[in-house]
Order: sequence, then C-alpha cells, then structure tokens
Amino acid sequence: MTDLEKLEKFQAKIDAEDKIEPKDWMPEEYRKHLQRQISQHAHSEVIGMQPEGNWISRAPSLRAKVVLLAKIQDEAGHGQYLYSAAETLGKSRDEFIEELQSGKAKYSSIFNYPTLSWADMGAVGWLVDGAAIVNQVSLQRTSYGPYSRAMVRICKEESFHQRQGYEIMAHLAKGTLEQKAMAQDALNRFWWPSIMMFGPHDSDSPNTGNAVKWKIKRETNDELRQKFIDKTVQQAEIIGLTIPDKELKWNEEKGHYDFGEMDWDEFWRIVKGNGPCNKQRLAHHIKAHQDGRWVREAALTYAKKQKEKQFPPQPSQREGEELEIRD
Amino acid sequence: MTAKEALLNYCLRLGDSSLILGQRMSEWCSNGPILEEDIAMTNIALDLFGQARTMLTYAGEIEEKGKTEDDFAYKRNEREFYNSLLSERPNGHFGDTIARNFLQSAYFFHLYTTLSSSKDDMISAHAVKSLKEVTYHLRHSAEWLVRLGDGTAESHEKVQISLDDLWEFTGDLFEMNEVDELLIKEGIAVDLNEIKKEWIKTVDQVLERATLKKPENGYMQTGRLNAIHSEYLGHLIAEMQFLPRAYPDAKW
Repeated sequence: MTDLEKLEKFQAKIDAEDKIEPKDWMPEEYRKHLQRQISQHAHSEVIGMQPEGNWISRAPSLRAKVVLLAKIQDEAGHGQYLYSAAETLGKSRDEFIEELQSGKAKYSSIFNYPTLSWADMGAVGWLVDGAAIVNQVSLQRTSYGPYSRAMVRICKEESFHQRQGYEIMAHLAKGTLEQKAMAQDALNRFWWPSIMMFGPHDSDSPNTGNAVKWKIKRETNDELRQKFIDKTVQQAEIIGLTIPDKELKWNEEKGHYDFGEMDWDEFWRIVKGNGPCNKQRLAHHIKAHQDGRWVREAALTYAKKQKEKQFPPQPSQREGEELEIRD
Repeated sequence: MTAKEALLNYCLRLGDSSLILGQRMSEWCSNGPILEEDIAMTNIALDLFGQARTMLTYAGEIEEKGKTEDDFAYKRNEREFYNSLLSERPNGHFGDTIARNFLQSAYFFHLYTTLSSSKDDMISAHAVKSLKEVTYHLRHSAEWLVRLGDGTAESHEKVQISLDDLWEFTGDLFEMNEVDELLIKEGIAVDLNEIKKEWIKTVDQVLERATLKKPENGYMQTGRLNAIHSEYLGHLIAEMQFLPRAYPDAKW
C-alpha cells in the first residue's frame, strides 16, 4: 500500500468514528501531535500536585486533609495513566520527563500560579478541575483509543475533584467574614487564569488545523471556554461569590454569557516561562528526580542481583554487560 | 488514675503516632523518587490519618467533654501529644524515611495483631482494621529496606546510617507506665515486653535479607509517655494547626 492509500484508510477510519490503536498505521504528524498533547497532559497532572501539595500539611481539619490528599493521589494516578497512554506512541516515560525538565515540553500554565490560601484549594478544584473536565469530557471522543479510554476513566474522578473544590468554596462563603473574603480573593485570582486554560482564541490557535480533521480535538478552544463559563457563573451565584468580570452578562439571543477580554499578554508571558512559579515548579520536579536517583539505581541493581541468583549468567554474557540506568 | 483516664491516654498514644507519622508521610507528596512511590507514600499517609481519626474520635467519646477529632489534632500543644519519638523524626532522604517507617510499622504490626483481641470493642475493631493497613506498610518499608540494603554500595551505606541514627528512638516504643499496667489488668492493653520480642524477630529477619547490621543497643531516648518530644514536633504541629489557630472563630 502506498502512503497515500494508508492515509486515506486512516482518514476513513477516523471519519467512521473508529478509534486508532497503537499498532495501526498513522501519519507521523498525528503521532507527534499526540505524543506532545498526551505527555503535556501527563506533565500537567504531575506538576499540578505541587500547588495543591502546598496545603496538605496545613489543611484545617483532618477530613479536609484526607480529601485533599486523596485528590492529589488521584492526580498522580492520572499522570501515571497518561504517561502509559503516551508511551504507546513509541517514546518512553523517561524521555517525556527529560523533555519536561529541559523545558522542551510544557504543562498547563495554570500551575505556575501560587496557592496562597486555603481557599485556593477550593478555587483549584472548582475552577481548574472544572475547566479541565470540560476539556476532558470532549476528549473522551478523541480518535486515539488509549487517550480516549484514559479520558473516560479520568473524567469520573475529576468530577469528584470539582465537587470537592466547590464544597470548600461554598463552606468558606458561608463562614466568617474572613473566610468569605478568602474565598472571594481566591476566585478573583483564579478566574481569569482558569478561563485562559482553554488556550488562545480559535482565530489565534496554531495547533487546531489537522487536530480537528483527525478528531484529536473535538471542540474548539472558544467553544469549550463558553461551555465552562456558562455552567460556572450560576455556581458562583448560588454561593454568593462574584466573578471578577464587569462585562459578564447573559445574552438571551445567543443563549450564552458574554464576557470580558482576557489578558493574553499575561498568558503568553507565563507560557514563555515568566509566571510567578514556573522556575519553582520545574526546580522542584528536578530536585525530587535527582534526589531519587540513588534509590532508582539501588532498585535496579537489586533486581538485577535477584535475577542473576535465579538465572546465573554465562561467563561470556557477564563481560561488558552494563546496567541500564535511566534518569 | 481511673480506668477512664488510662483509656483516654492510651487512645491518644495510638492516635497521635498515626497522626504524626501520617503528617510526615504526606510531606513526601510530589517528592518521591518515582511517581509510583508518590502514590504509595500518599496511600500510607491516608491510612495513617484514617487510623488517627478513629482513635481521636474515640478519645473524645471517652473523655465526654464534647471534643472532636479536630479538637485533639488542632488544639493541643506539643506537651500534650503522646506519639512515639520515632514517628516525629524528619523524613530526611528516602532511606531515612524507609528505615523509620520500617521500625514503626513493625511495631504497629505486632501491636495491632495483639490488640485485635483487646477486651475494649472499639480498640479491638480498630486494631483489626489497622492491621490490614500496617501489614501493607510493613511490607512496603521492608521490601525497600531490602532493596536499599542489598542494592548499590551507596544505598547500602546510606540506609545503614539511617538505621544507626534512628535506633536510639526505638526504646521509647516499648516503655510502659501505670496506664499500661492498669489496662493490661483489664485485658484492654498489651504487654509491650511481649511485643518487643516479636518486633526484634521481624527486625532481625528483614535486616538479614537486607544485608544490614542491627545497630548496637546504646542509650535509648525516652519521652513518649510524658509527652516530652524532640524540637521537631513543635514545628510540625505549628504548621498543621496554623489555620484553626489563626482563625479561632471559623469552622472548616
């Protein structure tokens, strides 16, 4: 079969809503796009553990502590699951982590904002996970099988996370004046970064082209952002918090909320590495990775010793045999 | 001392060791050597917090002054905590954490095995449930101790030092006072001398597999029974208690 025929068959499969599986032929560009998108998704889950981890030791009740810890554990699990999905495309987790640490791969910019109060645990769950769910629900129908299945599983847990965040916000909003102020402040700080999580306007989005044709992306940035805003505005009203956008208004004709313009200078500044926590997040990840090197080496060496006890190698095999240690 | 006072103190001992070790384990979140270990260590922290909540809630019931688990966790000062000295040791590097957890988990394992037949229904139920969890914690730390001990020369040396440094805090685990005497007579508590025999067997078995040397029994630090701690505990609880202390009128 010629490449053109392969491509036609590939597109026909996508058009028929069949999933592409790891062993299927796929255009190199499709593979690369998915490697980038899934690994960045995995990195986001893992880096996202840091801003929330910032409050585990200070959670104000044992129940809140356990719920937060369980939530962060879920995120770690999502990271693990997504790295596995990304690995089906022919690159190892170690390579993806190398790309993260060298700055070649990105993760969601939202995690480059600091979590400054307990209310931020509410805002992150409610808004950040809330925005992520809108995107992930859409991705459940993505054309690549392993990614689509990962999304189905992840969405189930994310909806718990959003409820957990909303519960914190609702609780604070009806608490003391100080608690309510804390909740409003968190909403003020996280609102705009959350709606920018969907990425640039469709008119300015460079990665949309083939991603739509290949059904990697099922809805556009602006469509997803609108969905998120429409469902979140009422949630804020119910608990008596104010979304910090003076232009926010229900548009009867469109059946959607109109909203103000986002600060794209801020968005690009953070994407380019100059957010409040970009350097801190990467340095943290690199330090943990480096601190763990001797542990990983020990585990590999031990495993090798055990294997040798079970199956003693022939003398000729021993020579020059090196342990494969990846960092 | 009344039986009620003794039981209250006994519950705080059990609850506090789980709480403080849980707090330590949760510090590992996003700092593990591999993602899978982050998940495993968070799991252990979650189990420990669950155990702490059961015992601190029960302590409130025994005391009958309307205190909740959070009153005990967030409103006591360091001189009112009865956790083991071992549980509050800082995480250090991964080997330090593993060695500490191993010594403490082996203790919990034998303690809960015996407490499963305590005459106090709540304590026996708690022991039965916790035993399942600490069995996993013991396995996790023991397997890692073996990997590190019998891994590279570097890991062997590191974890041997961890063990040597922590050893002086193990004597504290087995100390007893009138609380134990009273509750042993009632069939509620267990004789820690008996637990110690089993604990030593476990330690010996695992250290042998790990090719590690059991440290010499030198001077043993003491303090748990009188709520006398290292300087580390004050910082740990200051951080843990920050919000309820800063906003005393707020409910969380």
